[in-house]
Amino acid sequence: MKSILSLWVNGRLREDAVDSATLLLDYLRDQLGLTGTKQGCDGGECGACTVLVDDRPRLACITLAHQVAGRRVETIEGLAQNGRLSRLQQAFHEKLGTQCGFCTPGMIMAAEALLRQNPDPTAQEIKTALSGNLCRCTGYVKIVEAVREAVL
Amino acid sequence: MNALVPRNGKIGARTPLIDGVEKVTGKAKYTADLAHVGALVGKILRSTKAHARILSIDVSKALALPGVVAVVTGADTPVPFGVLPIAENEYPLAREKVRYRGDPVAALAAIDEKTAEAALRLIHVDYEELPAYYDPRKAMAPGAVPLHDDKPNNVLREVHNEFGDAEAGFAKADLVRSKTYRFAEVNHVHIEPNASLADYDPERGYLTLHTTTQVPYYVHLKVAQCLQMDTSRIRVVKPFLGGGFGARTETLSFEIIAALLAVKAEGKVRLLQSREETFISHRGRPAAEITMKLGLTKDGKITACHADVVQTGGAYAGYGIITILYSGALLHGLYDIPAIKHDAWRVYTNTPPCGAMRGHGTVDSRAAFEDLLNLMAEELGLDPFQVRRINLIPQIPYTTMLAQKVMSYGLPECLDKVMQASGWAERRGKMPKGRGLGLGCAHFVSGTSTPKHWTGEPHATVNLKVDFDGGLTLFTGAADIGQGSSTMAAQVVAEVLGVDIKRISVIAADSALTPKDNGSYSSRVTFMMGNAALDAATQLKEKLAQAAARKLEARPEDIVNHDEHFMVAGSQDKGLAFGDVVKEALIDTGTITVKGTFACPKEFMGDKAIRGSAIGATMGFCYSAQVVEAEVDEITGKVRPIKVWVAVDVGRALNPLAVEGQIQGGVWMGMGQALSEETRFEDGRMLHANLIDYRVPTMLDSPDIEVIIVESIDPNGPFGAKEASEGMLAGFLPAVMDAVHEATGIRPDQLPLSPERMADYLDAKEAAQ
Repeated sequence: MKSILSLWVNGRLREDAVDSATLLLDYLRDQLGLTGTKQGCDGGECGACTVLVDDRPRLACITLAHQVAGRRVETIEGLAQNGRLSRLQQAFHEKLGTQCGFCTPGMIMAAEALLRQNPDPTAQEIKTALSGNLCRCTGYVKIVEAVREAVL
Repeated sequence: MNALVPRNGKIGARTPLIDGVEKVTGKAKYTADLAHVGALVGKILRSTKAHARILSIDVSKALALPGVVAVVTGADTPVPFGVLPIAENEYPLAREKVRYRGDPVAALAAIDEKTAEAALRLIHVDYEELPAYYDPRKAMAPGAVPLHDDKPNNVLREVHNEFGDAEAGFAKADLVRSKTYRFAEVNHVHIEPNASLADYDPERGYLTLHTTTQVPYYVHLKVAQCLQMDTSRIRVVKPFLGGGFGARTETLSFEIIAALLAVKAEGKVRLLQSREETFISHRGRPAAEITMKLGLTKDGKITACHADVVQTGGAYAGYGIITILYSGALLHGLYDIPAIKHDAWRVYTNTPPCGAMRGHGTVDSRAAFEDLLNLMAEELGLDPFQVRRINLIPQIPYTTMLAQKVMSYGLPECLDKVMQASGWAERRGKMPKGRGLGLGCAHFVSGTSTPKHWTGEPHATVNLKVDFDGGLTLFTGAADIGQGSSTMAAQVVAEVLGVDIKRISVIAADSALTPKDNGSYSSRVTFMMGNAALDAATQLKEKLAQAAARKLEARPEDIVNHDEHFMVAGSQDKGLAFGDVVKEALIDTGTITVKGTFACPKEFMGDKAIRGSAIGATMGFCYSAQVVEAEVDEITGKVRPIKVWVAVDVGRALNPLAVEGQIQGGVWMGMGQALSEETRFEDGRMLHANLIDYRVPTMLDSPDIEVIIVESIDPNGPFGAKEASEGMLAGFLPAVMDAVHEATGIRPDQLPLSPERMADYLDAKEAAQ
């Protein structure tokens, strides 16, 4: 059953007819064309779909779109301002916190959530906060460095 | 041949990826992100039996369901495929038999997901079950039912090689030891699941296929072959790719099925694979049982090596023949060993097919060898570093008994550097209780010299275009899979032409635009495509130097270029800006496109007189030494790596930033294999097909990995470069095993050292005391 979903996505208010069973991930990717949010697993295992809901990290692949009605949803596409990279994006780019790039949007959003909560995390705090986001390319070393770089 | 020395600061500079901005902004389009308006949804029905004859498939009810547009079965795919032309025995959809749980038996395209799901349930398959084998010993036993009729004993390939006199070598040794190891099967787990978007235009008879592959060229060949289409009517494009690690080297059934459905449906089909299906496609590193035997003199010199290897290969041939040959081929070339014997069996089992995975075929043999060397060093009272140093290759160039040429060899320096960085001399043997340090070395090829689809073409071809706008566009078929190959190519061009890297665009891996490349496997791209890019850039530089010379009234040989200018050497005049040189060069000729190539000389292709020597033949080996510090929790059995120091001889680091990233990723993947990753099956049913049960290390499990780059400057690599992403993976396994030994006194013989397995070792030790 479709009903009107009203929410904020990347700072803009939206009203869309969305099926009650539609996942937030599919709403973002298929209905809004925000394909930066990735699906890497069959549900809640890899973190690639991490988005922010009212500043907190959330897995879009195990969240129904209607569960976030009225809330502020942010995706990787919302981080750059006027085409300029955010500090985290800049650091991930320059420090090679990204290789194949598939886990990167989720990783950056999880890091963004951390920095909003804790603006100066230690390496251990970074590792704890991002431990639900799997990366298969980097061995994580440069991801931790990139997050630290964004803080410094 | 001497390696070119870089002078323009582009080679050797820490260079962020040229497509990095797209990746950090979410703009990068992976296959599942591509626009698919109007596309049908493709789905695959998979076998529920591990080994069975297909008696009948009834698709009539599925076809009758409104919204179902096409259904295909093995009847539609009469031509088999496989990555090796000598062993093509897999059908895109099973014919007559299924050989593992998950073998595709039918597929369909429907207007939406729901209809496709419902239609799959309406397909009825009748099976007659056959005995299934998960243990290679049982599959090889007399009387076992063959998976494939041409191999009645279920052995895909048996290898028996001996170089030198192993028996005489063991007789000369002061200490001979033999140990049997069991390595679990592991999977690549690229984070992007498999996906294809296939678009068939029946009017033109033309198929466009976007797919998740490391080798678009193979996909192109295999789709044409299985669909019996002319290769000129197919376009294969690799969009952004979320990793590969070898899984996507072979063409996989799902992408052929997507193409087949599009042709049958006469339209566009989007086929997305779940994580479970991505696991089922597998092609990972096979489970291996290895009995390693070494002979050492009392001062540590190796007198002989004998490796006995059995690989649990899975249901189809795939890369199997090469994987089993690699299990012996890289016993050569790391140390100087007078006799090497290799007996090996690649066995068919009723599990998903194994294939190439980072360090292809070499990792488990190397781990067994290095662990045994550490064990024997201890018995002889020698330091693990000492026992490596005494076995170093004595002089360069060096030719192994397998006819491999070693043209550069940074292992001695790797050992020195990593010993120093880890504080080995002061700390080893004096670690606190429950902690240890361990050493492991490894190496890997910089590309195979003998492509498996032999055509007589150069190994790599690159086109480089310059036009009126002063922009440079490099066209390559090489697939950037995250390793940064497009960035590497741009750096090479920027270096030779002395221009800003932002002047260069790289167009890669689109068969309608880019010259063919053999693909991203065996760490061949930097060496081969890099050399082709160097050739193209050098040719273009000559043309531009001639134009500059005309304009500056000088001789072409006196023209130098840097900082976006061409000028007369030694002149005070700052010469011509790059754009002006291009304008001059374009007079009378118009747009300039040059073609650079690289072909591997015959002397690097092994020796035809030695059977199997095409495998492991390369122009340059990457060398590594690493020390792992680890801690063992004696209560929980958890092995925690604390720090890794790794020194890697990469020839020359074209991009030290990317080289570090590749090395850290390689070491870390070795860590996953050593400590947590393994596939599990029960009666052929996959128990690990998700990222919770298959334990990829998380950030919290992962230590700091300190990288030390060693540059031996290979004479044949581009600017002296060799590979930088595979030759350090294997070293982690024996290094952590050695660290665990120092921590607990236990010498493991099975991997991974998961808490359960480690706890068993600890319990056994306690029981023995």
